[in-house]
Amino acid sequence: MTETVLTHPDNQEPTVFTQDELGWLPWLEPYPADQLTDRHFAGLVDPARAKSDYFRLLVRDPDVLQARTETDKDIFYNPEGGLPRAERELAATAASRFNGCIYCASVHSRFATVHSKRGDDVQRLLDEGVGADLGERWNAIVAASVALTATPSAFGTEHVRRLRAAGLDDAAIADVIQGAAFFNWANRLMLSLGEPQVRAQG
Amino acid sequence: MSEPTADVIDLLAGVERGSALDRIRAQRPVARENAQKSWAALFEPEEPGTVSALERYAVAAFVAALHREPATARFYAEALAGRDAGLATAVAAEAERGGAEGPYGGYPAGKLSAEDKPGPVHRVSEEGRRVLGSRLAAALEHTHLLVFRPRDASAAALQALLDAGWSTTGIVTLSQLVAFLSFQIRVVAGLRALAAA
Repeated sequence: MTETVLTHPDNQEPTVFTQDELGWLPWLEPYPADQLTDRHFAGLVDPARAKSDYFRLLVRDPDVLQARTETDKDIFYNPEGGLPRAERELAATAASRFNGCIYCASVHSRFATVHSKRGDDVQRLLDEGVGADLGERWNAIVAASVALTATPSAFGTEHVRRLRAAGLDDAAIADVIQGAAFFNWANRLMLSLGEPQVRAQG
Repeated sequence: MSEPTADVIDLLAGVERGSALDRIRAQRPVARENAQKSWAALFEPEEPGTVSALERYAVAAFVAALHREPATARFYAEALAGRDAGLATAVAAEAERGGAEGPYGGYPAGKLSAEDKPGPVHRVSEEGRRVLGSRLAAALEHTHLLVFRPRDASAAALQALLDAGWSTTGIVTLSQLVAFLSFQIRVVAGLRALAAA
């Protein structure tokens, strides 16, 4: 097993937030693809993830990865009630923008755009930051996600009331909370175990 | 096996069975079950690997204290104190010294550099290091980075952990631990605010 870090001196890191597809280069050796066991594949959940350096690094602790992935999928993909998918992705993007995870923000801003058809507003959030004016409903979701992302959390009853005033029911507000909270998990893994990479757009 | 541990988020957020919050959490049943499974995989792992239970609870007590969410801070402080009171005192002292308000951090040089926000770098005190040992001291310094300055993370920071005796797999577990708690604490804070509003 390699017990030194991997460095990428020639990598071109993105210097702006973008909706373009980015690559990601690990700082620690991913688990070897040819040594993956059934337990590792259970941890990966989706076998195609064996191709990803990020997931093959996390699969070194397969039980945590498996539970993390199932948590993620239910918060973002479960169609029952709550917040529309586009706005769950908006919460993820806002948390990632505030923490400064260019990679996570790229993936989830693309999803926010696809599901909302409001690509220009999503881009303004990336370009101008979390203070961008996106209309009151989105502003309330961004503000709540940002307050929850601060450490210590600055999220309070005033954020809940603003979200209710913007038309969210409590199940939708719980989705904002879980979506933003989840990206405080995801951002910290993505930011601390490797670096993003600009890829040629094709 | 003993009784399964109660759902920790429900416990810390004060979610009573049959309450409005209970019904809301029930709408995302897989997330609820797997947030708890994540907790169990980190604190009651089937294969602890190279990261001891004491190390896991020491890091957790530090993360929770830095977040100042009262219910979770107390929960992990007590869990550590029940295993090693001296260690709990040392971790609490480091958290007291390490208090800050994040997120901080720099960006790759360019347009975003205008948003660079330098934050405090935590170095464990000499006194703390004597109690914690170099391996756990390195873990707390890295934890402080992840909690407050996540975009300042670097390969060099991981090399410091390797140099202090952490394995590659151990670093993955440590990173998941800090990152998971960053989620759990916010869900608790968020659900408490939701119930109070």
